[in-house]
Amino acid sequence: MIYFDNVSKIYGGNSVAIEGVSFTVEPQEFVSVVGQSGSGKSTLIKLLLAEERPSAGSVYFQSLDVHNLSRSEIPFVRRKIGTVFQDFRLLPQKTAYENVAFALEASGREDEEIAADVPHVLDLVGLSDKMDFFPHELSGGQQQRVAIARALVNRPEVVIADEPTGNLDPLNTWEIIRLLGKINELGTTVILATHDKDIIDTIGKRVITLEDGKIVRDEKRGRYIL
Amino acid sequence: MVGTSFKRVIRNAFINFWRNGWVSIATILVMVLAILMAGSLIMFQVLLNATLAEVEKKVDVSAYFKQDASEEEIFRVRGLLQGLPEVREITYVSQEEALAIFKERHKDNALISSALDELGENPLGAVLRIRATEQQNYESVVRFLENGGFDALDKVDYRQNEAIFKRLEAVLALTRRVGFSVTAVLGFVAFLVAFNTIRLAIYTAREEISIMRLVGASTWYVRGPFLVEGALHGFFASIIAMLIFWPATLWLGPRAREFFGGVDLFSFYTQNLFLFFFALLLVGITIGVFSSFVATRRYLKI
Repeated sequence: MIYFDNVSKIYGGNSVAIEGVSFTVEPQEFVSVVGQSGSGKSTLIKLLLAEERPSAGSVYFQSLDVHNLSRSEIPFVRRKIGTVFQDFRLLPQKTAYENVAFALEASGREDEEIAADVPHVLDLVGLSDKMDFFPHELSGGQQQRVAIARALVNRPEVVIADEPTGNLDPLNTWEIIRLLGKINELGTTVILATHDKDIIDTIGKRVITLEDGKIVRDEKRGRYIL
Repeated sequence: MVGTSFKRVIRNAFINFWRNGWVSIATILVMVLAILMAGSLIMFQVLLNATLAEVEKKVDVSAYFKQDASEEEIFRVRGLLQGLPEVREITYVSQEEALAIFKERHKDNALISSALDELGENPLGAVLRIRATEQQNYESVVRFLENGGFDALDKVDYRQNEAIFKRLEAVLALTRRVGFSVTAVLGFVAFLVAFNTIRLAIYTAREEISIMRLVGASTWYVRGPFLVEGALHGFFASIIAMLIFWPATLWLGPRAREFFGGVDLFSFYTQNLFLFFFALLLVGITIGVFSSFVATRRYLKI
């Protein structure tokens, strides 16, 4: 489903972010990408979202070379990939409902469909009573759940979470991780980038370990070892 | 789906326009400046063209005939002149008419009037006033008259005016060039300020744009509202500029007419109201949409 073929990314001529990375993600897998800050996790995700171009190698999503697509085709790929970030990236002047609805509006869905889907997905993340709250009126954990709802509402094939718990306390962290597990059980591929040892050791799923931009370990039931 | 998106683009544009109230007002005011410059440029051109046309109308060749020249002889010359392709129009002024015009012009001068009365007879000859089709054709008309061997002809009057007209034309051309450059430079400065104001407004929305992109919004879905918003700014700015031109031309019109002659800017404004507004609107919307287009391009790269 996702295939990185010997991908390298070098910023500004000599700053190597990732080097010679190859791996495959199968449908409905739950993959954690771990590594210290600066090990290349975020670059990996940016490459998959076509935010950055690789210096060498190719990235395939559903057998499409992501970086060979024209600019007008990229949005269609992104609608199949839900993204969750450490800093939530919600629109501050929109309510929880509007933030989620916005993703559907952008992909051109009809109003009736939006009115039906958004409450449903907000219910899934446990925020059906907070629909009309603005981001600043919600806790960090709640904001991240709105972001997850937004990532899910387009019924994506993959959810990518880049340090989703980086700004959260342990309790909220576990809620978010549980939610990602639930999403995975419902049939969506999940890619989780994190440097949180406890999370990785508890999940007990596939772990790809990055170090200085290279894959040093790829284990089916991995642990966090650096 | 396309219809739904289009509706959303328009709706988002109006929402942004309204929510960014102060930024919208600032942008509009700066754009008003740019549009005023463009409008002034148009006004300036109108003024100078009218002046030039006025001056050109005053250029003619006068063929003065001797006092004793017969009308048949004069008409013969007129007939020959009419056969020339360079000649557009010939006005015949008879001896009596020439005297009447002369008297009218000097009616306040007692000395001249009494001198004429004393003379008893008409000292003036008949005149043919000839206007050529083109400025450069006057020379050949004059040459034709001077070399034609017309005995009845007293003198041909063109040379003494020629130098003055030439100089006036040069002055007008220079004024036009200088005025055009000054207004164009000011207009360009105003355009840059408007452009940067819009860029700044869009800069504040860059986070929103990047989020839109990451949830899979197409380029045009993101850019559309900004372009429509730019067009709205241009629309309101051109209306304001139009309203400013009303009292401005009302005040300036008669004064400019006194100085340049020719047209009254206010009557130009009222007569060409829609055309003028359309021109300003075009300038305003172009600035708004173009600036938004360029400003969003940067943030749409992801």
